Amino acid sequence: MHPAFSVIFFTTCSGAGYGLLAMMGILGAAGMLPADRWMGLAGLFFALALVSVGLLASTFHLGRPERAWRALTQWRSSWLAREGVMAVLTYIPAALLGLGWVWFEDTSGLWAVAGVVSAILAWLTVICTAMIYKSLRTIHQWHNDWTVPSYLLLSVMSGAVLMSVLIHLFGVENAYIQGLTVVTLALGWGLKTMYWSFNKRSKGLPTVNSAIGIDAAGDVSVLELPHTSANYLMKEMGYKVAQKHADKLRVISHLTGFALPLAFSALAMLVDGYAALACVVLAWGLCSLGIIVERWLFFAEAKHSVNLYYGATSV
Amino acid sequence: MTSLPTSTNKKLGLVIDLDTCVGCHACATNCKEWNTGGHSAPLPDFNPYGAEPDGVWFNRVHSFEVKRGDRPNLTINFPRSCLHCDNAACVTVCPTGASYKRSEDGIVLVNTDKCIGCKLCSWACPYGAREFDTDEGVMKKCTLCVDRIYNENLEPEDRQPACVLTCPTGARHFGDLNDPESEVSQLTAARHGRDLMPELGYKPTNKYLPPRARKVDSVDVGAPEELEAIEADGFLGWLDKVLSK
Repeated sequence: MHPAFSVIFFTTCSGAGYGLLAMMGILGAAGMLPADRWMGLAGLFFALALVSVGLLASTFHLGRPERAWRALTQWRSSWLAREGVMAVLTYIPAALLGLGWVWFEDTSGLWAVAGVVSAILAWLTVICTAMIYKSLRTIHQWHNDWTVPSYLLLSVMSGAVLMSVLIHLFGVENAYIQGLTVVTLALGWGLKTMYWSFNKRSKGLPTVNSAIGIDAAGDVSVLELPHTSANYLMKEMGYKVAQKHADKLRVISHLTGFALPLAFSALAMLVDGYAALACVVLAWGLCSLGIIVERWLFFAEAKHSVNLYYGATSV
Repeated sequence: MTSLPTSTNKKLGLVIDLDTCVGCHACATNCKEWNTGGHSAPLPDFNPYGAEPDGVWFNRVHSFEVKRGDRPNLTINFPRSCLHCDNAACVTVCPTGASYKRSEDGIVLVNTDKCIGCKLCSWACPYGAREFDTDEGVMKKCTLCVDRIYNENLEPEDRQPACVLTCPTGARHFGDLNDPESEVSQLTAARHGRDLMPELGYKPTNKYLPPRARKVDSVDVGAPEELEAIEADGFLGWLDKVLSK
């Protein structure tokens, strides 16, 4: 699949935003973060800014962005519509949480409920995003049990890395929160490694023989294409990434997305002051880069079944 | 709502004979010609005489070669268009309700006034039936010539999809695949018509008829296996001797 910049930017940026929002909601409700105006403002503003910029970017790839509101109507059948509805609904408890935290400097009672609801809706939005991909039977690399947990855990992980920066900036270091960041990075790394290893050994069911209805008659190869230059299908679904480049990018993603942020996040627990702040900022910067590479691979390595008509023998 | 109808009264579709298709592209050409003025008009046609022509087509004709071991290779000309599936995921993924399947005849259509151009339906189609119109910013697809088959301004015999009418070898057939007595259903049964990529579970309406078994050896008509050698003499005999050295 063609790795469109707008969709990569949307899923990584909003993913991190929803992750941070959920962290703010849960940790705020649990009283693990100070009910301080500036803490609330910084955390929630940054979370909602990431979410909103990402959502806005996702409309850039539409052919008719002015009709984007129509995408909220078919929630009964479409995961894309459900994602849109959830994204809009999430703003309501998030705004209430912000009102309590920033205006009243209170994260207990009803404001805590708003925090928990924000977290649940944020996670549901990310699950809906992942389900858009998971539900496509045409793409085996997405239509498997690893896609949804990967999206959810990577969102939680991106949020935790951001939360680490926030608590160090405000000087409210907390071993439990920093420990959570380390644990989510380790879990995220493990899960994504399993996702990649699954897609390395597993193939989709359709073959070029079943695609043209000639089963078991022999080896089928393309004799002539229907058109002399690339059409929409070849441009959108025919994206090919060289295996050596993919392998190199995967190493970069392993290192910058998971291994180094894990090391720096753990190191931040052993040092303090500016050294700890430098560690968590580095972890965040590296992790963001690694997750963008990971998302690029998610699209570039997805093989759509239509490729069977254009020379692929398996997908 | 972009939910699928639980059942459709008719299942209008095509039966395509891979045995008789010669890959002339006439169906694709007439499809483009009719539909650039039809239900989803216009179909963009960028740089048609240049090096990189591009645009929306509802029908594309591929050619494949099948290697069959010691038997001769087989050429398969394969026209590819919307299969108007029972289980059309292109409809259910649509977030706006622009994509829909008609309960009366099973035809899958796009309402281009509601389409936001998110392209998800084209991702959900295993067969590549949908092509994006970059000019209008909306998705387009085969309409099964919905503007021909019910068109009372046309003669009854012309109320068929443009691709079917134009096929010079009669490789394309149109009818109701829900009716077991229809010509297309009978043909499908007799020739063991196939679903494409049945493993994905889209339950396509259109069927493809695989090529019939072909004779490898010629029929015995009583002619000798080899021509008899003749003995030449005189000048020709000498020439034969010289050239045979």
